[in-house]
Amino acid sequence: MKAIVRAMHEQGIAKDDAAVISGIGCSGRMSSYLDCNTLHTPHGRTLPFATGLKMARPNKSVIVVSGDGDSMAIGGNHFIHACRRNIDLTLIVANNFTYGLTGGQFSPTTPAQSWAPTAPFGTLEPQFDICEMAQAAGASFVARSTVANLKHMTEMIRLGLEHKGMSVVEVISNCHVNYGRKNMHPEAPEMVNWIRECCVDKEVIEVLPVEALEGKFVVGVLSQKQRPEYAAQWAEIVERAKNGRH
Amino acid sequence: MPHIRSMSGNAVIAEAAIAAGCRFFAGYPITPSSEIAAVLAEELPKVGGVFLQMEDEIAAMGAIIGASLGGMKTMTATSGPGFSLKQENLGFACMAEVPCVVVNVMRGGPSTGLPTLPAQGDVMQARWGTHGDHPIIVLYPADLTEMYHQTVRAFNLAEQYRTPVILLSDELLGHMSERVEIPDAADLTIVNRRKPDVPPEQYLPYDVRRELVPPMANFFEGYRYHVTGLTHDETGFPTEDPDLAEAQLRRLMLKVSANADDILEWEEDGLADAEIAIFAYGAAARSVREAIAELRSLGVRAGLFRPITLWPFPDKALHLAVSRAGALFVVEMNMGQMIREVERSIRHIPIIGVHKVSGQPIDPDEIVFTVRDYLENGTLPRNAVYQMSV
Ligand SMILES: Cc1ncc(C[n+]2csc(CCOP(=O)(O)OP(=O)(O)O)c2C)c(N)n1
Repeated sequence: MKAIVRAMHEQGIAKDDAAVISGIGCSGRMSSYLDCNTLHTPHGRTLPFATGLKMARPNKSVIVVSGDGDSMAIGGNHFIHACRRNIDLTLIVANNFTYGLTGGQFSPTTPAQSWAPTAPFGTLEPQFDICEMAQAAGASFVARSTVANLKHMTEMIRLGLEHKGMSVVEVISNCHVNYGRKNMHPEAPEMVNWIRECCVDKEVIEVLPVEALEGKFVVGVLSQKQRPEYAAQWAEIVERAKNGRH
Repeated sequence: MPHIRSMSGNAVIAEAAIAAGCRFFAGYPITPSSEIAAVLAEELPKVGGVFLQMEDEIAAMGAIIGASLGGMKTMTATSGPGFSLKQENLGFACMAEVPCVVVNVMRGGPSTGLPTLPAQGDVMQARWGTHGDHPIIVLYPADLTEMYHQTVRAFNLAEQYRTPVILLSDELLGHMSERVEIPDAADLTIVNRRKPDVPPEQYLPYDVRRELVPPMANFFEGYRYHVTGLTHDETGFPTEDPDLAEAQLRRLMLKVSANADDILEWEEDGLADAEIAIFAYGAAARSVREAIAELRSLGVRAGLFRPITLWPFPDKALHLAVSRAGALFVVEMNMGQMIREVERSIRHIPIIGVHKVSGQPIDPDEIVFTVRDYLENGTLPRNAVYQMSV
């Protein structure tokens, strides 16, 4: 939350000109702690609400905060299509590898072989890579950071805000209570340390052997492209339609 | 001077929406509603509006809520299966008090059912489709000039009462063409949401103390506040305080029920001397009108009660209208949905259902036959559902 506020500040976004939209989950409550236009949607539905709001007021900043369950499971369809449209939203996904709020059930990003109340024999499903999904679906800015480095996280979010088009910032987060406890990281500092140790910066991966990347999170700006933005394209259609052209 | 055009029901909805000030439509294609989207995709950009085809109906419903918070008048249109998908976010709009219009052009169900044929099987879903107690306004016209006016009214009521309004239609009305009297824009009454008249520090978006419908600030206009589907207090922030929770939900329900006189519209035709009253709405009412003419020519004094506002239910009006009738027939293109509401409301005369779910409109002769059968034999058990002969 601090990182979002700082990034907004650094980008010079006024409170009245920003909306923060969150879904349901531990990150969902975040919108209610911020002093701007805040909207707390049903589980998984942040991006459709955000798309509507952005298209209604295209010159305002619309920031979306979501969880891994919220955006990759129940909201997975909305996620890929928002990326595909390349609409100018900044989506921050707090990935804690679990359904934190409901008690630690496995989510689409839970590593295989993890324990969860709904997988007492270990999870079978392989995990989604949120950033790869975002890139494949067409998001024009994709970055990853972690809760272990506030400064880095702030910078990634700021770059996401600056970018015109769909920006996805995955933030690797700790849920020591519901995930870590049963998966070898029961304490917050210890889990944050583990996250820190697992990070590899995008800048250095070229020089590392492939094996060194096994089980690591690559952090940094993973991809940034200039692609036509949806709301801007719509504005062109409006111009054409008003002039009677198809 | 109104001008006359021949139009389909779906085109009427699209055109009336724009006249009502709708500038944002999000949808997902589904028969028999798709023409509404097609017309708006063409017309909305011409007036500076937004048209979105979303990835599904859940997203379309979410998008119109988001855009409404941004200050636009918004609409989505769908049919049966899509209407079911709208329900989750529709409940959010009820709870967070976000004006919007949801059109459901009914087709045969359940499930994929009869996609290209008319039915009236969603009248209860329109009332109770989303979870939890919630207020809702549902309008259902029976001809296309009325469709125009009720579409405009749907937006007006949504804005006035800060609530979603459902506009029902059916495949028959949606796809048929008839002569439509289109009013001059200058003659239309257009209602816009009431904005706060206090400075932002004093604004309470969900105030329970002063009035049933608190003013609504749009996003990005200096009134920063929180909108949530969680039970909230007068500021919009979540609460589990039992008194606040109860007070909010009671206000929510009351804003519709206490304003029923304004929200309700209905038609009465020939009930003054009627021995037989017939309750019908939407496409089925068109068959009933013909049946009544036929019955009258046969010497049976029959009359029509046609709710235009289905929900809230017009209890009082129905009572007064049928007070002199000896029996009340309920004609619906479903297995018997509104008849239960009629039975709840009217207890002093026999109520007989005429129901058809074949995907075919109800033939006026079928209604005439049922009424005459009842009058001649007089012995249909109370509340019997009359099975149409196949
Ligand atoms: C339609 C619907 N289904 C299920 C739930 C219950 N639910 C609430 S939060 C949640 C999971 C949240 O997980 P995630 O998005 O990863 O966020 P976290 O709590 O881990 O931050 C679920 C399943 C709900 N609120 N709504």
